[in-house]
Amino acid sequence: MKRLATATVAAVMAAAPVMADLVFPSLSYRTGAYAAGGIPFADGYADYMTLLNERDGGIGGVMTRILECETGYNTEKGVECYEATKGEGALVYQPLSTGITYQLIPKATADGIAIHSMGYGRTSAANGKVFSNVFNYPANYWNGASAVVQHILDVNGGDIKGKKIALVYHNSAYGKEPIRTLEELSKKHGFELSLLAVDHPGQEQKSQWLQIRRERPDYVTMWGWGVMNQVAIQEAVNIRFPMENFIGVWWSGSENDVLPSGDDANGYKAVTFHNVGNNFPVFEDVQKHVVDTGKAAGAGDQIGTAIYNRGFYAAMLAAEAVRNAQAIHGVADITPAMMLDGMESLEITEARMAELGMPNFGPSFKVSCENHGGPGTVGVAQWNASSKTWSLISDFKETDMSVIQPLIEADSAAFAAENNITAGCK
Amino acid sequence: MLYRESGDFSETYKADSQTFPIKFDRYRYYAVLAFAFLVIPFIINDYWANAVLVPFLIYAIAAIGLNILTGYCGQVSLGTGGFMAVGAYACYKLMTAFPDVSIMIHVLISGGITAAVVTLFGLPSLRIKGFYLAVATLAAQFFLVWLFNRVAWFYNYSASGQINAPDRTVFGYLVTGPNTEAWAKYLICLIFLTFTGIAARNMTRGALGRKWSSIRDMDIAAEIIGVNPLSAKLSAFAISGFFIGISGALFFSVYLGAAEVGEAFGIQKSFLVLFMIIIGGLGSIFGSFAGAAFMVLLPVFLKNVLVGGLGWDTALAAHLEFVIVGALIIVFLIAEPHGLAQLWRVAKEKLRLWPFPH
Repeated sequence: MKRLATATVAAVMAAAPVMADLVFPSLSYRTGAYAAGGIPFADGYADYMTLLNERDGGIGGVMTRILECETGYNTEKGVECYEATKGEGALVYQPLSTGITYQLIPKATADGIAIHSMGYGRTSAANGKVFSNVFNYPANYWNGASAVVQHILDVNGGDIKGKKIALVYHNSAYGKEPIRTLEELSKKHGFELSLLAVDHPGQEQKSQWLQIRRERPDYVTMWGWGVMNQVAIQEAVNIRFPMENFIGVWWSGSENDVLPSGDDANGYKAVTFHNVGNNFPVFEDVQKHVVDTGKAAGAGDQIGTAIYNRGFYAAMLAAEAVRNAQAIHGVADITPAMMLDGMESLEITEARMAELGMPNFGPSFKVSCENHGGPGTVGVAQWNASSKTWSLISDFKETDMSVIQPLIEADSAAFAAENNITAGCK
Repeated sequence: MLYRESGDFSETYKADSQTFPIKFDRYRYYAVLAFAFLVIPFIINDYWANAVLVPFLIYAIAAIGLNILTGYCGQVSLGTGGFMAVGAYACYKLMTAFPDVSIMIHVLISGGITAAVVTLFGLPSLRIKGFYLAVATLAAQFFLVWLFNRVAWFYNYSASGQINAPDRTVFGYLVTGPNTEAWAKYLICLIFLTFTGIAARNMTRGALGRKWSSIRDMDIAAEIIGVNPLSAKLSAFAISGFFIGISGALFFSVYLGAAEVGEAFGIQKSFLVLFMIIIGGLGSIFGSFAGAAFMVLLPVFLKNVLVGGLGWDTALAAHLEFVIVGALIIVFLIAEPHGLAQLWRVAKEKLRLWPFPH
């Protein structure tokens, strides 16, 4: 009982609200098999918010506050974190886990809080008519799958009939997301698709790569995360699979994934929806206001890495949505409901990104109630092992929405039917 | 002084054989029940329900189930996660196929389906024992997770393989789905736990429980005195499966609301429930509760103290949590190898004499 009593006191203390700040919960995972991706993302997210506080005094004069909660990529802990943080005026959740996103979609919708699952989560949430509180701009998995095929088409002069493409995927909701799109695309373009599932956490992939060696696919694409990526790239090196024919999704495209294989990983590709590298003016501000003052969330050495940039980009989009909400409602200390309005009418222009010191960091786009998914433009990055850098080899391009849109409609309609939601905009 | 039998006379055989023959024990039990049913529902909030009490109640059901099999009947099982998945997927299929039938009935049927599956995987126990049986149940764990991942029928062909619990009501109150009130979630789990707890307690102290214990203590001797190992072992598997199935169904429908088999019902869940009964005490219903409370509450408590109270870095706190929970498990097992239930028994013995130990 004493333990219970102390826990109550602690929970109450943790839940005591601090007035007038903009709360951004960060459901991070700095532990476990996926920490290699979780740490830079959480650091990037926190550093951007710290930068706004230090340099600009918050957003519109209201300070931002990051509320970090460790999930370990575990859905049960994700639920605990959500319940622990939602009462503090949380504006938007970034679960950074497809499993936790699925968990939170109904809960957050019931509580009137926004979820921004940027490049992950439930792809059909792009249909804002059904998923009123979930946003996945600027691109989703199905855009990613389409971009991979698009890139293979480009390389082959537009004809890939009879080619073999293998998908190595994390055997979870996340890894299964692209399958339907790839199947549709294989019908459309006439390539052969083979599916190879890798179980959590993905350290054991010998049999999958043996199969690849036997079947000799022309291209391998990967939906992996955490330790699975490094293992897959090493296995591909071991069977001497040509790296330029190995294309990962954005979650399989970080420095952590390719560095362990050294020079052999040279030429590995990954699709991405935001820019790579540290060559942006805003990072000088980060260095000056955040890292040099000792306020960085991490060690400060991750700036410019792929996933740090993604967390940074997510924070930038969240902050811009707050600004938009402040402009719409004329209130500086916005509520979660106002945040939803801000996200729903968010517009990111090239001029605005340049103003923020992040020129061409991501695509310019406009969100609407009908489309929570953004433009779905995706670029391709390639790894250079000698300079240890990613570089964009293809700019953000349109993906095949003629295939993706019907899939989004069908999946969201199924969700709406299961949960008695009447689709429509307010 | 506080806890004594003197002056507490039983006048009938019935009074003598009741669950709590000592008056103090009995009143304490009534007080706990009354508090759980009449006080907590009125003060519970979302955080307490979703982070602490609902998982505790559900894991307690699972721990009682596994305790019947492992603690009372001596059959080691590492398939609890997979068996909970059977309950969860059975419940999902039933909820979506028969939306008009009450969720209470679905949960019970899910328990029944799980009982059948567990009995099937219990058949090898008639030939193999101990570690070998553990490996057979481990195979069940991996097979079941693979099956629910592989066969799309189980998750209604959804794109991602996730299952989502639709809204269902009991007497007009929502008990599943995102709009469920905290007290409704809590109460439905509490009702199931109360019934399974009472059923398990009475089974284990009756003829069936004695058969199980005799099989556990020495199966050859049990056979010689006339215990049928086939019926004793398989009944333990079936009843244990029924309870674990109920807990799996509630775990998915009431607690999580959405689940993915590899993540929610993986091997680590089997170990978690096994740790609960080892720490709580094998062969004790109270031990199941104590173990579930220990394994559910301690991490949440530590997190709230370290991150919420002391303001530590979340990663450091998460790592330290592993260390502390691990160390406490070792300390407890060295100090009392028979688990928290034995500590409680010793405490009761001491209380009988207190304050005059001689």
